[in-house]
Amino acid sequence: MESIFFYATAAIALIGAIGMVLSRNAIHSALFLVLNFAATSVLYLMLNAPLLAVLQVTVYAGAIMVLFLFVIMLLNAENVSVDSHLRWQPIAALILGGLLLVETVVTVGRPLPLNPAGVTPETLNQLADPRVLAQFLFTDYLLPFEVTSLLLLVAMVGAVVLTKARPAQKRDQRRVRFADQVEGSEGASAVMSEPQGENRPVA
Amino acid sequence: MNLPDYNFTALTPALILSLWAILILLVDLLFGERIQRWLSWLTVAGLLVTGASALSLWNVRAEGFSGMVVLDNFAIVVTVIAMIAGILAVLLSSDYLVDRDLFRPEYFALMLFSITGILLLASGRNLIMLFLGLELLSIPLYVLTGFARPDVQSEEAAMKYFLLGALASSFLVYGIALTYGATGSTDLLKIRDALQNVQVITSTLTLGGLILILVGFGFKVAAVPFHMWTPDVYQGAPTPITAYMSVGAKAGGFAALLRIMYVAFPQIASYWTGALVLLAIATLVVGNLLAIQQSSLKRLLAYSSIAHAGYILVGLAAGNNRGVAGALFYLLAYAFTNLGAFGIMIALSKKGEEADSIESYAGLSSRQPWLALAMTVFMLSLTGVPLTAGLVGKIFVFSAAAEAGLWTLLIVAVLTSVISAFYYLRLVVLMYMRDPINDFGTQVHLTPGVRTALALAVIGTVLLGIIPGNLIDFTNQTLAITTQTLVALVH
Amino acid sequence: MIEFLIEAVIKSAIIVLVLLTSFAYITWLERKVLARMQARIGPNRAAPFGLLLPLADGIKLIFKEDTTPLEADKFVYLLAPILAAVPAFIIFAVIPIGDTITLFGRTITLYLTDLNVGLLFIFSITSIGVYGIALAGWSSSNKYALLGGLRATAQMISYELPFSLSVVGVLMMVGSFSLVDIVKAQNSIWFVILQPVAFVIFMICAAAEVNRSPFDLPEAEQELTAGYHTEYSGMKFALFYAAEYIKIVAMSALAVVLFFGGWQGPPIPLIGSIPIIWFVIKVFIFLFAFIWVRATLPRFRYDQLMSLGWKVLLPLALANVVITAIAIVLRDLR
Repeated sequence: MESIFFYATAAIALIGAIGMVLSRNAIHSALFLVLNFAATSVLYLMLNAPLLAVLQVTVYAGAIMVLFLFVIMLLNAENVSVDSHLRWQPIAALILGGLLLVETVVTVGRPLPLNPAGVTPETLNQLADPRVLAQFLFTDYLLPFEVTSLLLLVAMVGAVVLTKARPAQKRDQRRVRFADQVEGSEGASAVMSEPQGENRPVA
Repeated sequence: MNLPDYNFTALTPALILSLWAILILLVDLLFGERIQRWLSWLTVAGLLVTGASALSLWNVRAEGFSGMVVLDNFAIVVTVIAMIAGILAVLLSSDYLVDRDLFRPEYFALMLFSITGILLLASGRNLIMLFLGLELLSIPLYVLTGFARPDVQSEEAAMKYFLLGALASSFLVYGIALTYGATGSTDLLKIRDALQNVQVITSTLTLGGLILILVGFGFKVAAVPFHMWTPDVYQGAPTPITAYMSVGAKAGGFAALLRIMYVAFPQIASYWTGALVLLAIATLVVGNLLAIQQSSLKRLLAYSSIAHAGYILVGLAAGNNRGVAGALFYLLAYAFTNLGAFGIMIALSKKGEEADSIESYAGLSSRQPWLALAMTVFMLSLTGVPLTAGLVGKIFVFSAAAEAGLWTLLIVAVLTSVISAFYYLRLVVLMYMRDPINDFGTQVHLTPGVRTALALAVIGTVLLGIIPGNLIDFTNQTLAITTQTLVALVH
Repeated sequence: MIEFLIEAVIKSAIIVLVLLTSFAYITWLERKVLARMQARIGPNRAAPFGLLLPLADGIKLIFKEDTTPLEADKFVYLLAPILAAVPAFIIFAVIPIGDTITLFGRTITLYLTDLNVGLLFIFSITSIGVYGIALAGWSSSNKYALLGGLRATAQMISYELPFSLSVVGVLMMVGSFSLVDIVKAQNSIWFVILQPVAFVIFMICAAAEVNRSPFDLPEAEQELTAGYHTEYSGMKFALFYAAEYIKIVAMSALAVVLFFGGWQGPPIPLIGSIPIIWFVIKVFIFLFAFIWVRATLPRFRYDQLMSLGWKVLLPLALANVVITAIAIVLRDLR
């Protein structure tokens, strides 16, 4: 029963992954990736890790991929043309990927030399409780946890720095955007006005 | 719930520095433009405080956060190197940015965050911490590389650096995962213990993990064949960032590599020394040969930084204590020298006209004798001429290689050093033997910040090169103590 | 194992049926209440008080022509309404409407399952709900629809953060993600009293998450026709419609569980204490409130929406978390 369920889920995950690579339309690719994430999340559930499963869906499918989708739609970048001078890449990727597959089977296919950290079914079951996981996060793994938050702060500051115009640039940009609109652009920029007040287009 | 003793002592420098970065963000928020011109000095003050706090903990071996970080002399030496790189780069930055309308206070905050990353790489004793340290070092660098937006070269460089850097990080994560699978832990000491087991040593997982970790850090330190990004990124990034990156990223990457190899994998030293020898040879040959044909000074320095990564790798590949000491000294010497060379570039550049073409340096000695002299010192040090820091560094790592009996590597290293003399000295010849071709160098930007930075760089380069005998002994002893703390274990 | 499966299937079937019926009658309720508030009579033709109107609506939608735009991405166009509707139903898998009852000698829990990550599960499911709307907007190949979809996506992502953060205060006080535990922790005092700020943030964000007025920009008629479902007709349109109303029920139920003591309440005279009754009453009050808000408040402007979410609600929710944490530590110290 369990193994049937596992193979079904694994097959779905594989279909998602392969579909993502093969599909020509970026939106379809994104959707296949979401399918893959969902299937992976089910695999986590089967491993008795509900917290991980739920976080997988929330973070990857619910947040990151939605943003991806959003950007693809906003930029109208569904169909990316394949440049001719990159034709050899799929073939090279196929060969190297095949090698990696063989390698992985050879390495991981063998039994592990040690039982990592003395893991038993009982300790695994304990980890299913979010409280146990939280306890680890705030004792042994407190520092990595906090450094991660620092990392997020840096990423946020960086994103603001890279997207927010400097005072001198802002004036030029306004002029350009205004010109765009006079020429009758798609109007997408008018509706998706950014949260920062000063970046709003003159409309 | 009982909280363990976190022991914040072990984290002191990193803690001070990250809080200082946040302080800078807040200062900007509260005071705005009024404080702009003091911001770079405030940043320097933060770096000085951090460095002082680190030095005050010399010989105090502190371990904190369940073994996640350890503050030993090794970490302190790397911290000092990072502080030097940071101070010089910040001093070079402020006027450069104002001059090009690029000034934004977040610049300094991001820089401090990035240096915090180096500190974590230097003191992390857990693969998870090392990974996070590497990310904290890199992510601000991606942003800073693109700081000259909307300059196309800067944007391209940032994009390239970010994509390739993310790829390299994924290699590192995969390597960590495989290592965990083989040994059951991410703690370097526990990995070492697990490697007592023959089954673990022969496991392909261990080997795979080790190789992938090497790839991840190899990218960061720009070792061949993971160096492809270096020239473009160095050229596109704002010059002070290039200067910082060439030293900071290397210091962080090598510190982490040293700790991983010496603490976690000494059992299988034969595996990784072999790999490192190959890496070192490739890096030395490619870096030095490609540097010859460059006409852009930034690209020349990029390839030269690849080549110098090769020399540091020689120290690592030696796999002995002298090699560790040599690598650290080399990094220190390189910090002064390379930042100095970039500093000259910054002094000679003005908005829209970077002093990038090597040809334009012709006849500089007649217009700017002092700058030409300083540049000569830096070039000689990069070549490894006597009385400069570069030579002492090279002697260190070469003797380590000789001690380990790596003769092939040694011969390659010496030969490539000779090759490197060609392109470094060509610049010196240009400056002194030719006549100026245009008005290059008639105007210079010797602001107080740049002046201080250049003076510090020259003094550092020369002082490390002419240290008298007993000082060499002192350095030797210090580094020996450092190495011992790296290798010594606390159970 | 088999017994467990049968029980789960029966419960699921009941949940879906009840939800579909309540969806139908909420549309009726909304029309009636809106009419009253605007001094109209509202539906009154189909049966007394227009009580059979939902049925008439349903029949109409079934027989309508089901059109697909020529340029549409057919598969995604079909997938979108399903992706919108299914998550709305799934939320109820973890919402407890009562404790346990004994039926035919079996103890039956009045919830499908009690996950130890229940609340996180709900957040992950609501975050999936965005896909239906975004994809509907994109696949229709219609610029109104696309803009509606983009607006909805940006809005839902932005409000998800304060939405999740607002309940962290409650979580910290209970120390569990399980919704059953949360209800039981409100035995003596409801969390709306202990966490008033969180409750206000929660309700505002809930309205934004389900694209209800005053946050109904994604389907603002005046500028975007009908937003993301402009091109949809027939049963596909009905699915979007159902998704929206079932999400409103879900948000109401969640508010009751998190802040108003769930199924708990004093025994009612004459009827006694039937477990579900209080739950239904409380949910009904919230449904009424949602309709009331729609009749009262004008729509936000887009930049107002964004600055409310990012500059007011998010910092407020964070502050609430910090203050709650300090309060809990002080309580434990005492």
